[in-house]
Amino acid sequence: MTAVLETAGLGKRYGRHWALRDCTVTIPAGKIVGLVGPNGAGKTTLLQLAVGLLAPSAGTIKVLGGRPAADQAQLSRVGFVAQDTPVYPRLTVTKHLRMGAYLNPGWDGALAAQRIEQFGLDPGQRAGSLSGGQRAQLALTIAIAKRPDVLILDEPVASLDPLARREFLQGLMEAVAWNQTTVVLSSHLIADLERVCDYLIVLAASHVQLTDVVDDLLASHHRLTGARRDPRTLPADQEVIEASHTDTQTTLLVRTREPILDPAWIVKPVSLEDMVLAYLRRGRQPNPTGRPELGVLS
Amino acid sequence: MIRFTWLQFRAQASVAAGALAVLAVILVVTGPQLVHLYGTTVAACPAQHDCQSAVNAFTSQDSFVRSLVGLVMEATPALIGMFWGAPLIARDLETGTYRLALTQSVTKRRWLAVKLALAGLGSMATAGLLSLMVTWWSSPFDRISMDRLDISTFSVRGIVPVGYAAFAFALGVTAGLLIRRTVPAMAVTLAVFIGVLVGFALRIRPHLIAPIRAVSALNMSWVTSTGTRAPGNSFFVGLAPNSDGAWIYSSQVTTAAGRANLGPLPRGCGSNTSYQQCVAAITRMHLRQVVVYQPASRFWEFQWYETAIYVALALALAGFCFWWVRRRLS
Repeated sequence: MTAVLETAGLGKRYGRHWALRDCTVTIPAGKIVGLVGPNGAGKTTLLQLAVGLLAPSAGTIKVLGGRPAADQAQLSRVGFVAQDTPVYPRLTVTKHLRMGAYLNPGWDGALAAQRIEQFGLDPGQRAGSLSGGQRAQLALTIAIAKRPDVLILDEPVASLDPLARREFLQGLMEAVAWNQTTVVLSSHLIADLERVCDYLIVLAASHVQLTDVVDDLLASHHRLTGARRDPRTLPADQEVIEASHTDTQTTLLVRTREPILDPAWIVKPVSLEDMVLAYLRRGRQPNPTGRPELGVLS
Repeated sequence: MIRFTWLQFRAQASVAAGALAVLAVILVVTGPQLVHLYGTTVAACPAQHDCQSAVNAFTSQDSFVRSLVGLVMEATPALIGMFWGAPLIARDLETGTYRLALTQSVTKRRWLAVKLALAGLGSMATAGLLSLMVTWWSSPFDRISMDRLDISTFSVRGIVPVGYAAFAFALGVTAGLLIRRTVPAMAVTLAVFIGVLVGFALRIRPHLIAPIRAVSALNMSWVTSTGTRAPGNSFFVGLAPNSDGAWIYSSQVTTAAGRANLGPLPRGCGSNTSYQQCVAAITRMHLRQVVVYQPASRFWEFQWYETAIYVALALALAGFCFWWVRRRLS
């Protein structure tokens, strides 16, 4: 498994405040990677470090083996859609595509034009008067037509309504389905990630809580319900992620690669959302920003 | 990057080109008339022995266009700094579009270099063209008033407007980069630019070239007043050198030995004496005059010095912008 993104002890500080601290994470190539975590976990900082919009205060980060934004060749291999999908409000859709063609040596004009037509964007319309969904499609089109090896999207759907969100993610999947583009997609909405991602990274307070292929995660986590007992009496290969007890009953979330044979348990599958929330609760540290934690929307 | 910068800058450039074209039409329509009028009135006046009324008649011409031209010249560098310089980077930072621009296949360094070069050269070209037109149009007036070194004329003629435009532009970009918001950056640009311009004209320009200190016998035709003054009721002679376009720093009347104190009031200049008696009395004193000045012929020398200094300031600010973008915009 080769890595598209590798960090070691990565940190970014603003004055005295660390936006990201001691973050070590590896993102494999050829996957659709979901990066999930509560607000303030450092997702945006990590992704901006990956595209070179920020420079690290500590540690190292390598994208496709090189320093982010080191030169034109490095820049041309990484596509980025920033949070809130910024575009030039006074330039038309056509002029945005022209910008893409001027600034990117590998620009695929035919692909860009085809996507613009597919999503019904008026080429003569100024980007400032596009709807949020259309603006996101335009930003995604610019990033995709650049033909990058890795496409990084920072909360691209956070501000979209559910329909536009679904359309956007569908467009993303279509665009990257035919080649080996790695996609790194951050969100605090787990349901969105569950729909498109095959690899998941859970980040809380700068630290990776969980990282694996989504199918493996779903196959190895189980919810056990049974008569009250001490979780410490479980077999050694069953890791308890979360435990809750009533007077008579115990409910556990366990991770194991082996089948669960103990007939005392009722075994149920766990949804990705429940799993992620359990890991976040387990790795919880004081929320430094005071902003709301992980949201659940569909 | 050059083509993309032009794509963004095109609208502003066409506004400037349009304004320049309108002004050019006004000046081209009125200019030849002025030259003709100058030839028939002022240039012909020695033959008619009445130059004062010819000059008065000529200088009252086109006063509206003259004040318009003066206003445009004064305002242009400041407007360039505010509307081209300040938003150049600040708008990208403010609206977040720098995250779009800087994640295309263009390095930060090249992004800034092309933006600075294209818009900066555009600013200088605009100011240069404007000054060229205005200097040509105003030349008949300048030949009469001969005050090109005067503080209000010097800054709106020749090549200094190019330096001002370069400096104002770079100042605007720097302010925008530091403040990261367009409107406050525009305000700061205007305030600092005016401050620097005024401070330079009053404090630095007089020292660019060492002035000439001319000592000669008192020219009675320059004397404007006589009298006594405190302390000690010493004799006093007021002097107004006829400048011929020179920039007079100071003028003083001294004794033949060079003393500033001229002694007591000479007998010919009392309250009951005639003008001729007083003139004769002053002539007998063999007074001297000391005039410190810059001759009008140094106009272009001053222009080159000042332009070079402002362009150097602009380059220094541009260098700072590169450093800041590399170190702090990340």
